[in-house]
Amino acid sequence: MAAIIVGVAAQVAITSFRVNLNESIGNQAKELLGADLEVDRSAPFQPELQAYLDSLSDDQARMLSFSSMAYFPKTEIARLSQIMALEDAFPYYGIIETEPADAADQYVSVNGALVDQSIMQQFDLTVGDSVKVGLITYEIIGGIIDIPGQSMANTFLGPRVIIPYQNIEETGLLERGSRLEYTTFVKYQPGTDAELVVEELDAMRDSISFGFDDVAERQDEVGEAIIYLSNFLNLIGFIALLLGGIGVASSIFVYVRQKISTVAVLRCMGASANQALMIYLIQATAMGFVGSLIGAIAGTVIQLYLPVLVQDFIPVDIELFISWSSVGIGLITGVAISVLFALIPLLAVRKISPLFTLRSVQVNLLGLLNLSTKTLLTIVVVLGVTGYAWIMLLDLVAAVFFTLGLTICLLMLAGFAVLIMKAARKFIPSGLNYEWRQGLANLYRPNNQTTTLLLTFGLGVTLISSLYLTQDLLIGTIDFEGEEDLPNLAFFDIQYDQNDGVNEIIAENGVELIQNVPIVTMRLQSLKGRDVQEILNDTNRVARRWALNREYRSTYRDSLVETEALDQGEFISEFNNFGEPVPISMEKELMGDLSLEIGDTLVWDVQGIPIESYITSVRVVNWQTPQPNFFVVFPAGILEQAPQFFATTVNTTSKDVTSKLQRDIVLAYPNVSAIDVGQIVGTLREFLDRVTFVIQFIGLFSIITGLIVLAGSAATSRFQRIRESVLLRTLGAMQKQVVRIQIIEYAFLGIIAAFIGLLLSLGSTALIGYFYFDIELVPNFTILGMEVVILIALVLFIGLMNTRGIHSKPPLEILRQEA
Amino acid sequence: MSKILEVKELSRVFKSGTRELTVVNNISFGIEEGTTCAIVGPSGSGKTTLLGLCAGLDRPSSGIVNLTGTTINSLSEDERASVRNKHVGFVFQTFQLVPTLTALENVMVPLELRGEATSDVRKRAIELLTEVGLGDRVHHYPTQLSGGEQQRVAIARAFINQPKILFADEPTGNLDTETGEHIEELIFNLNKSEQTTLVLVTHDIELANKCDRIIRLKNGKVESDELVSMNDTEVAG
Repeated sequence: MAAIIVGVAAQVAITSFRVNLNESIGNQAKELLGADLEVDRSAPFQPELQAYLDSLSDDQARMLSFSSMAYFPKTEIARLSQIMALEDAFPYYGIIETEPADAADQYVSVNGALVDQSIMQQFDLTVGDSVKVGLITYEIIGGIIDIPGQSMANTFLGPRVIIPYQNIEETGLLERGSRLEYTTFVKYQPGTDAELVVEELDAMRDSISFGFDDVAERQDEVGEAIIYLSNFLNLIGFIALLLGGIGVASSIFVYVRQKISTVAVLRCMGASANQALMIYLIQATAMGFVGSLIGAIAGTVIQLYLPVLVQDFIPVDIELFISWSSVGIGLITGVAISVLFALIPLLAVRKISPLFTLRSVQVNLLGLLNLSTKTLLTIVVVLGVTGYAWIMLLDLVAAVFFTLGLTICLLMLAGFAVLIMKAARKFIPSGLNYEWRQGLANLYRPNNQTTTLLLTFGLGVTLISSLYLTQDLLIGTIDFEGEEDLPNLAFFDIQYDQNDGVNEIIAENGVELIQNVPIVTMRLQSLKGRDVQEILNDTNRVARRWALNREYRSTYRDSLVETEALDQGEFISEFNNFGEPVPISMEKELMGDLSLEIGDTLVWDVQGIPIESYITSVRVVNWQTPQPNFFVVFPAGILEQAPQFFATTVNTTSKDVTSKLQRDIVLAYPNVSAIDVGQIVGTLREFLDRVTFVIQFIGLFSIITGLIVLAGSAATSRFQRIRESVLLRTLGAMQKQVVRIQIIEYAFLGIIAAFIGLLLSLGSTALIGYFYFDIELVPNFTILGMEVVILIALVLFIGLMNTRGIHSKPPLEILRQEA
Repeated sequence: MSKILEVKELSRVFKSGTRELTVVNNISFGIEEGTTCAIVGPSGSGKTTLLGLCAGLDRPSSGIVNLTGTTINSLSEDERASVRNKHVGFVFQTFQLVPTLTALENVMVPLELRGEATSDVRKRAIELLTEVGLGDRVHHYPTQLSGGEQQRVAIARAFINQPKILFADEPTGNLDTETGEHIEELIFNLNKSEQTTLVLVTHDIELANKCDRIIRLKNGKVESDELVSMNDTEVAG
């Protein structure tokens, strides 16, 4: 019953939480945006767009946002930050929550800055300290706690710094290579038809490019994301409930086995098969109902804790209330699962013959069921699981895959269990000492826990461990820290006239320069003789829009670098014939996205000057390294005189050196951005940690259910264990010998469950890595080792807890039972 | 003949809440080495409790039990287990075999617990199983054996450690008459050949009459104690 409680608790907690969230989103819809409409573009708005917005309303607030280094003089630390230059009309709905509370009202009038509260705490900054953005030093007026429409997750990209819009140009950052995002927030005049505005803006986008979001759309986006998240969590919780179902089936199996003689006597006295079945079915249903009820109450309580876990990722304040529909669904699912799984052993009750009263036999309950009943039950369970997954995922194919994956996993675990029991029976060497032989024999003894434990615990381990390994897999691809020869600090947006100065500072700090790469921005003008705009308008085009539209940041050099390999053709290192088509090298994936082949011609618009080129080589690029990599590489000799800026990568020896170098460069060249790879990895690790913690928290329910089911199945065999222990004591076994036998058995069960769970999780993670992320899994054996130790300890603990008190029983009890 | 088992003023009182139930009430007797003794009496007369106290499976509320020259009352559980392992054999009504071990392995258990070399133990176990007529069933599991066969395995196990004293609790209680008789024969024959002392708890007067001596219990007290061969002769405690 405890297993059902945990399973239902997980379900109710998650579904209630989802209902709460959706309500909250509905109630706070306008605050999700802070305005009625948000329009953005990576360049100043076109006159017609601005005119249209002006026609809508005078209530407009502009924002200019970009990434740049923020320097905190007090701590002498420079950090790549998200700078938001805001007009103080924003937000129209909700407030920018700050500490002190009135800081958001003051920063514009006193020309101060608001800095993320978390970074202020981290750098030990207080109100009154300063932050330097570009050329201007602002006084910090307050710490940012919350901005309408943003969640704490936004700060993972870098701390947010809000400065007034009015004197943004004085920072000197606008013309120095920073990538700017122009945004305007609009508050509609009363009576504005929001749907009409969306239609008109959509129509405008046919001719000019910009992006926009209105309240309804943002609400849908956020709501959709939350539904995906909660559906995913729900499925993990559902697995806990299914494990609970397996627990119910297994304990009812043992229970019914103990009641065979009672049923046989009832049958002798004239009870019909259905009456016999009903007696136990009513019991099972009642147990399922009580378990589900307690679970629903527990789930409602747990729901109160869930917002603490996920508030950082969600841009609304979660309002809490009891969701009766979720409680109802939890109750129904819990009872249905209990009854469904209980039916498997209970239907066997119908087949118990009155003859069993006369002759005590070992009955195989499953063997009593005929094939058609077993098939029917299996179909009902599979359909039930798929149906539930379908409701949760709203996608039949995904639901089928979920059931399929789960079935394969359970079948493999059950297969392993059978294999282990057979192996234990067949291959235990007769030369082993008695304690080992007996301990191992317990793996296949009657009422053994091998199958139940492997199914429940193994599945829990598979689930949790897969999450860990996937997280580790993702971190592993970007964790270059400590790897020699790889850069750990990168500087971007170095202007042509700043390059020598930056290089000098690097040299003065005694830091090894790894790459100093020139970057020339360009756009595609035509492809194989066809104008890009013409291709974009062609409904039959195969080339991808992003590849045609984007601004390319290309480089020129005379050789390939370590992170790329020649795939086709010949890499031309130098070309000096101005006026003739330039031989260039393209990245392999881009060739596919633009549907190009070697020899095809492209014309580039290099900041107003068309440059004709043709493809002579294709490169495979390893994008997973922190060096600057390029889609397009020109040979040396052509672009040297084009307007360009530089990216430089270095390898520092310590965090202090990294910090000092960033400070020195930012103070000399405020527009240069620095990316500290170690910092990014740390931030990403923190982000993934928090995401996986939420998932693991729900996954934990499976482990807890597994443990409860294990404890339950251990408890059902307790009586037999006591008999055996006392028998051994009677025959002269020392207490330590009896304990050793139990330790061997449970340690083995723990080892097998942990290893098989880990094996399956390694397999599934390797598949996820291969098919989804295209990354090869290199397992972290320290984590795996730790998992094994913890899991074995858990199984041992539960097993030995189950046999507590056995040793204090006087051996006479065994004789009493006989008398 | 020296006494292998001696009990003096032995009592066992069970407490249930405020109620006290005296199951064995101030019993004293001694059993000579190499003899056979039956303890008989109606249900609830304290037979099994007395057997448990004599074998060191339970602690008396008062009185002394001296088994094979050792006063076992004062010994710890492990020390008493060690005495049983070295000197005592058991045969139970419901056989009490370990279901996950084969017949052979079951017989080997007592000596294996002692840590004796497996090959020697195995040889002796096969000999004993052959002696009880199960030479061809040594690798069978208990569930694959009939009741009579299981009891024969239990008898072989009881004799593997060449016990000085064998305690048997209703050894034929779960068997049909014919099988029961065969089991009785086995116990008495082995008892004779191994020169073991036999203490037998039974309802079966016919079986009890095969022993040298019968102790009758009633309400936890010795009602009579007589030698079978010397009819109606009372034995001094």
